[in-house]
Amino acid sequence: MAMLNFEKKYRVRGGTLVGGNAFDFWVGPFYVGFFGITAILFIFTGVFLIVTGALYSWSSMGWVENIFQVNIAPPHISYGLLQIPPFREGLVWQLITICAIGAFSSWALREVEISRKLGIGYHVPIAFSFAIAAYLMPVFFRPILLGSWGHGMTYGILSHIDWTNNVGFQQLNYHYHPGHMLAISFFFASAFALSLHGGIILSMTNPRKGEVVKGAEHENTVFRDILGYSIGALGIHRLGLFLGLGAGFWCAVLDVTTGTFWTRPWPEWWIWWLKFPWWA
Amino acid sequence: MPQYYNIFTRLQVRAPVYPGVPLPKGRLPRIGKGGYPWFTYWIGKVGDTQIGPLYLGFWGLTSLMAGFLAFSLVGLGMLASVSWNPVHFLKFFPWLALEPPPAHYGLHIPPLWDGGMYLIAGFFFTMAILFWWVRVYVRARDLGTGTHLAWGMAAAMWFFFNLGFTRPLLMGSWSEAVPMGWFPHLDWLTGLSVAYGDFYYNPFHMLGIGFMYGCALLWAMHGGTILAVSRFGGDREVEQITDRGTAAERAALFWRWTMGWNTTMEGIHRWGFWFAACMMICGGWAILLTGTYVDNWHRWAEKHHIAPVYPETGVRDPLAEWSGDDGNWRVYPYLPADEAPAAASEGDSQ
Repeated sequence: MAMLNFEKKYRVRGGTLVGGNAFDFWVGPFYVGFFGITAILFIFTGVFLIVTGALYSWSSMGWVENIFQVNIAPPHISYGLLQIPPFREGLVWQLITICAIGAFSSWALREVEISRKLGIGYHVPIAFSFAIAAYLMPVFFRPILLGSWGHGMTYGILSHIDWTNNVGFQQLNYHYHPGHMLAISFFFASAFALSLHGGIILSMTNPRKGEVVKGAEHENTVFRDILGYSIGALGIHRLGLFLGLGAGFWCAVLDVTTGTFWTRPWPEWWIWWLKFPWWA
Repeated sequence: MPQYYNIFTRLQVRAPVYPGVPLPKGRLPRIGKGGYPWFTYWIGKVGDTQIGPLYLGFWGLTSLMAGFLAFSLVGLGMLASVSWNPVHFLKFFPWLALEPPPAHYGLHIPPLWDGGMYLIAGFFFTMAILFWWVRVYVRARDLGTGTHLAWGMAAAMWFFFNLGFTRPLLMGSWSEAVPMGWFPHLDWLTGLSVAYGDFYYNPFHMLGIGFMYGCALLWAMHGGTILAVSRFGGDREVEQITDRGTAAERAALFWRWTMGWNTTMEGIHRWGFWFAACMMICGGWAILLTGTYVDNWHRWAEKHHIAPVYPETGVRDPLAEWSGDDGNWRVYPYLPADEAPAAASEGDSQ
């Protein structure tokens, strides 16, 4: 059931980074490997802590009515980086963060092992490491730079939105953050390019009634006719990967610079533009 | 173990320029004579080397003319706002905008230099976009392909027209439209969020953001996967869809072994297309409902019991005490609909 009809010949031994042949097997459709074992341990522990933390967030504030109201907050700022807070008041957040970092790293290394097994490039695990970096900024590096775990991002569907809102208004207007501008631009460009790429491939394979499926000549002609340039079938995937990673990269930059390397309101950051010698 | 990752093209092949598949009878010719199309070495490092030809046609020409006119009017409006001083135009450019009319004109036509210019520019922008949509649709029809690109664009137009036309119409004032300028449109965004009780609490904004992050995620996953299997010819996707090769099989198995499930070479393009479309569809609803159907998204979230509750911080708010509140400063004031004081809920339909 779990195996596709062409899958058997690909399920070969080897390609592991650690553990030799010990964990070189599949469970259903999943490849396991050494990092599959570590990932599942971190995931089970992390999910258990999240459920525990969610239940605590219920009992401390009265009954929370649904999953949207759950909030698992980092410790109070007064605990700094080195004092250990009580379990319910922040330690649970710290342990969840450790489990998340462990699970994400295991997942990335597992992807490396799967890439090696299939004889393909490491592009996906490298790309995933950008997402991990973007996660580490608000929960690890920025709190360290600011000197307290209390500056970390809170865990909760609506509460992390409030955290984002508060961090934004702490510097008056986050839309003026150049990193935010770049991240947003990369996100919008990602969506735009994804729509163009998805649209062109679907329009080639699902042509007008009575027409045969179209290939590269038509793909190129459509974009050359409309825009004067077609980047091509290989180039669009380079561009798409660049746009997706750019969005993640600038997310990481914008978070780690906020309140650390720039503490003034973001609209003031732009004063350098007005101070150019030729018009100051 | 050093391997080539196919990030750049190392060996560029030069074939004769490709003029494109033949056009149906009666169409204007493509633009491409006298050294055009041409080849570019540096763009060829990443993508296709050939620049052009371009099909202009009736809809392309009208769209570009309308777009150029709108673009120029925005520039003129900005220039007028700095008393036609070209140095100030450059110096203050990020802060300049062609502003919509003041609120007191409502839906009436304002004087040219008090918002009229904005309406004219907006009209021509709208025309340019509509003509461009026709162009995208007709190009697909002429070449016998599906019209997916046009419908992807239509999703973005739903968002765009709600911002500049439908919502101002429903609100009864053109002043609700977005200023055409760099920082001013960001200020508009901040103002809209604050005025309507925090846009982050708008569920369609939440969905739109989710789909937007999803687009970046899917692009990184798909771009990464195809580059990883490009050594097996995975970038020739239509061929892999119609006649599955080892590239598509390895790409599918990578995700199946990683997360227990895989889509297909065609399916990933449906995922991408719909994520991008849903971002704009949800964004369009987020705009359209704000101020027309919901005045305060935070109160909406409280009413529907999804707003989080926070412990008291112990910080007293003197202003609140003075106004008769208990003065206990919460991170966010929490006013469940059934406990809210009468004064606060008066005139609050949401």
